[in-house]
Amino acid sequence: MLLHKAETIDIVRTMNALEITDLYKEFAGIPAVKGLSFAIPEGEIFGLLGPNGAGKSTTINMVAGVVRIGRGQVQAFGYDNQKDYRYTRRLLGVVHQEIVIDNFFTIQQALEIHSGYYGVKDDPAWRNLLIDRLGLRPHLGKVMIKLSGGMKRRFMIAKALIHRPRLLILDEPTAGVDVELRHGLWEFVREINKKGTTILLTTHYLEEAEQMCDRIGIMHHGEMIALEPTHDLVRKLSNRRLKLWLEEPLAVLPAGLEAYAPNVEHGGAVLVLNLPAGANAGTMLKQLCQSGLNIRDFETDQSGLEEVFIQLTGMGGGNNGSAA
Amino acid sequence: MVQQPDNRFYAWLPFVTLLRKEILRFRRVSTQTLLAPIVTASLYLFVFGATLGNRLTVLEGFSYAQFVIPGLIIMGVINNSFANTSSSLFMSRYLGGIVDLLVTPVTPPQFIMAYTLAAMLRGLLVGSVVLVISLLFATLPWEYPLLAALMAMIASFLFAQFGLIAAIYAHNFDTLSVYTNFMILPLIYLGGVFYPISILPAPWSSLSYLNPLFYLIDGFRHAIIGVGDTSFAVAFGISASMAATLFAWAAWLIGKGYRLRS
Repeated sequence: MLLHKAETIDIVRTMNALEITDLYKEFAGIPAVKGLSFAIPEGEIFGLLGPNGAGKSTTINMVAGVVRIGRGQVQAFGYDNQKDYRYTRRLLGVVHQEIVIDNFFTIQQALEIHSGYYGVKDDPAWRNLLIDRLGLRPHLGKVMIKLSGGMKRRFMIAKALIHRPRLLILDEPTAGVDVELRHGLWEFVREINKKGTTILLTTHYLEEAEQMCDRIGIMHHGEMIALEPTHDLVRKLSNRRLKLWLEEPLAVLPAGLEAYAPNVEHGGAVLVLNLPAGANAGTMLKQLCQSGLNIRDFETDQSGLEEVFIQLTGMGGGNNGSAA
Repeated sequence: MVQQPDNRFYAWLPFVTLLRKEILRFRRVSTQTLLAPIVTASLYLFVFGATLGNRLTVLEGFSYAQFVIPGLIIMGVINNSFANTSSSLFMSRYLGGIVDLLVTPVTPPQFIMAYTLAAMLRGLLVGSVVLVISLLFATLPWEYPLLAALMAMIASFLFAQFGLIAAIYAHNFDTLSVYTNFMILPLIYLGGVFYPISILPAPWSSLSYLNPLFYLIDGFRHAIIGVGDTSFAVAFGISASMAATLFAWAAWLIGKGYRLRS
C-alpha cells in the first residue's frame, strides 16, 4: 500500500532480536552461506567473525534486505524479513562495510532524509544528540564529498541510528579508521547497547570483538563453526602457557612432560609448557618442584581470540589478526 | 542519553521522503538539470523562431515557429524526464548508494512513484519554461490545452519509466549514453520535431510511423495547433499504451529487485 496512516509495531512479542533459520545463499552455483541458524537475544552484543569469504557480509546483507534470501528464514523481533519487510527494516539499522554516502547532501539534510526513509518523523532532539555524540556538529553544512574518511564513518553510524533501530548491524564499521576514532565509536556502541539496542557486529579487530561481544559466532566457508559466549570460547579453545625461569639451566628435559609440549629457551634457563584447558597451574608447579626443578620465577599467559580463530579456521600466519 | 523506542511507523513517509530527496537532488544541481536544457531549448527557439523560421513554411496556415515550438517543448519534457530517473538511479547503483534505500521500508510502488513524479516534475518544469520563452517568438493557437497538458504528462511519465529501465540495464556511463545518444536523440529528431513527416518522400514518410516518439510529438502538437500527421486519438492511444507497457516493465524490474538486490 502506498499511503496509509501510522502503524504501531509490536516489538515486545519476542525475546529474540534476530532469529536466523537454515539460511542458504549461493552465487553462480557457489554456496556462500550453507544452512546457517542462530539467534541473538534482545540486548546482546553479538560478534560475527570469520575470514574473508566466510559468508558474514552475505548473511548480514540477507538480514538487511540487500541480498535476496536463497532459502531459509530471517526474523527480526518476530517479524519475517520477507513477508513483513517494512517492519523488520524499520527495526534494523545497518552500517555497511563500504562507505555509502550521497554526495548531493549535507549531513543535516541526509540525516533528515534517512529518518523519513524509515517512516519515522524527524526528531530534532535525537538527531542533535547523534550529531553531538559523534562529533559531527562542525561539519553539518558540508556536502558529503568534502568530509574526511573518519567523518564519513561517523556519519554512517549516525545515519544507521537516526530512526532509533532496535537492532544495529555494524559490518566492519571501524575498517580503516584510526585508533582514537575506533575507541570512540565502540564506546558509543556500548552506550546505545546499554540503552537497549541489540548489536550485531563484524570487525577486523579480534581484540575489539573479544572486548565488546557477549557472544561470538565464527563463520567459515558459509557455516557457523563456533558459537559461544566470548569468555567461554576463548577459555575453552585457547591454551595457556606456563613459562618457568630456572635457577640452573636444564641439560635435559625432565621426563613426563611430553604431554605439555615442553620447550626450552635461553640455553635451557627458561622452560615453556603448554597448559591444556582446565589444567591447574598451581598443582602443576607443585609437581614440577617436587620433581626437582629449581624454579626462580614463572608467568602464565593465555592466548586470545586471535589464536582461537586461527585454530578454528586454520588461517595461521600472516593475517595480522585480521578476521574478516 | 534518552532512547525511548518510538514504534510509530508512518508508511507514507518513505514515499514522501524519497520524492522530496529526488526533487532536492535535481534542484541541488539546477545549472545542469534545469538551466542547461532551458538554454539549449532557447537557442533552438532563437534559431528556428527568429532567424531561419522566418524563411520556412512547412505547414499551411502556420508559421514555422508555431510548428516547431510544440516539438521543442515536448523534446525538453522527454529529455529531462528521462535524464532525471536514469542519472539518479544509475548513479545510486554505480556509487553504491542504492543500498541505503534497499535497507529501508520503501516499497517498490513507492520507489517507482517517487522517482517518476520527481522526473515528471523536472520534465514538465523545463517544458513550461520553454513554453514561456517561446511566447517571445510566436503565439500559439492552444486549440485543446487540457489535451496538450495530458500529452505532456504522458510523455514525461513514459520517459521517466524508460529512464528507470535504462538505469537498471546500464552497466556503465557509456551504456547509459547509448540510450540518450543513439535512441532518444535520433528518434526525437526523426519523429517530426522539426518537420511534418508528411513532407518526407517514401519510404521515409511511412517508416516514420514506426517511430514511437512520433505519436508523442504529433499528439502534443495536434492538441496545441489543432492539426497533425495522424489523428489525436491514435497518437494518444499509442502513447498511453507505450507508457503503460514501460510502467509494467519498470515495475516488474523494481519489484523483483533486478540488478538492485543480488
